[in-house]
Amino acid sequence: MDDAGTYLYAVASDVAVPCPEGLKGVAGRDVRAIAQSGLVAYVSTVPLEQFGEEPLRRSMEDLDWLGATAHAHHRVVEAVARLGPVAPVRLVTVYSGEEQVRRLLEERHDDFADTLARVAGRQEWGVKAYVVKTEAAPVAPEPAAEEPASPGTAYLKRRQASLRTREESWRDAGARAERIHDVLRCVAVASRRHRAQDPQLSGRDEWMVLNGAYLVDEERAEEFARALDDLRGQGIELELTGPWAPYSFTVLEEGGPR
Amino acid sequence: MTEQYRPGVVGRQSYPSSVSSGREPANLGDILERVLDRGVVIAGDIRVNLLDIELLTIKLRLIIASVDTAREMGIDWWEHDPWLTGKDQALVEENRRLRDRIAALEEGRPRRRAIEPIEGEVESVEDRPVRRTEARRDERGG
Repeated sequence: MDDAGTYLYAVASDVAVPCPEGLKGVAGRDVRAIAQSGLVAYVSTVPLEQFGEEPLRRSMEDLDWLGATAHAHHRVVEAVARLGPVAPVRLVTVYSGEEQVRRLLEERHDDFADTLARVAGRQEWGVKAYVVKTEAAPVAPEPAAEEPASPGTAYLKRRQASLRTREESWRDAGARAERIHDVLRCVAVASRRHRAQDPQLSGRDEWMVLNGAYLVDEERAEEFARALDDLRGQGIELELTGPWAPYSFTVLEEGGPR
Repeated sequence: MTEQYRPGVVGRQSYPSSVSSGREPANLGDILERVLDRGVVIAGDIRVNLLDIELLTIKLRLIIASVDTAREMGIDWWEHDPWLTGKDQALVEENRRLRDRIAALEEGRPRRRAIEPIEGEVESVEDRPVRRTEARRDERGG
């Protein structure tokens, strides 16, 4: 089996739950479960001519391939997340074979168990806050007739005022993002702030001031949504996504036990 | 594919029982952001077909660009964003007007027009009013 690798999607804790029938993963391959040390790994066998190191270098830069693979990965994680607590794994984590996945589950058992215990009964919600672009930067007035002596000074003054306005908007928006984050954090068990997305990616040209992820108890999901609704308005637009599998809260540190 | 989740549709029932119910949240960016940049990092010798994750992540940040990372990588769209940078156009306009004024002022000072740049002197075209350049060209041409 030199030409095949084992692609890992996620690790879950409930060995008793069977892998969903007919679940297809990346490259259209069947997903199966590997049980070891009280944990379950969801994997597919994938061809190394696609998922080997060299081909991946190329294909990861191919947005179509990347998109299809990311969606497939995500579908499996979501399907598995419906069964119980799950720790999603980074996209395209490929092992040489089942044996290595078993070893992983065995050697990092405690880390996975801790992570899974933390996300059990909880869901991740994503919140993005955009500054609504109602008015652009204030229109600079035409140079006043009483300052004909130095248009340069007048310009500098306007420039200064415009900079100040912009700085104030930045600060104001930043402070409001902080407040929103604080309110939401109180309802959540854990929170994390992702980087603000480029407009190309978000598909919106408004300025993103908050890109947060919140781990929320399932029974508090409605409370979370209400808290979010209360924060709407005042020139800030809030976008809620989810529930997600706890992608943002299952990061295992590098350098754990080998 | 890019279906947005309505706020308020929350709770357990949001996880449909069927796999094919189309609960595909958000856009590719959101998914990539989560599955690639945040996820379990499998460390060490266990990872065989060792991807150069760092390199990859950097490449993808060109797409999932943040203000911080993007700046490091030389992406500075926001510096050209009219809303964020204010009055770039006004600056250009003002600059043009000022140059015209300088040119007009120098017009009335023939003494300065006589000063030619030393041969080989690095000359900043920007600082030099257009008329002077033309004048010099005329002299050389004639």
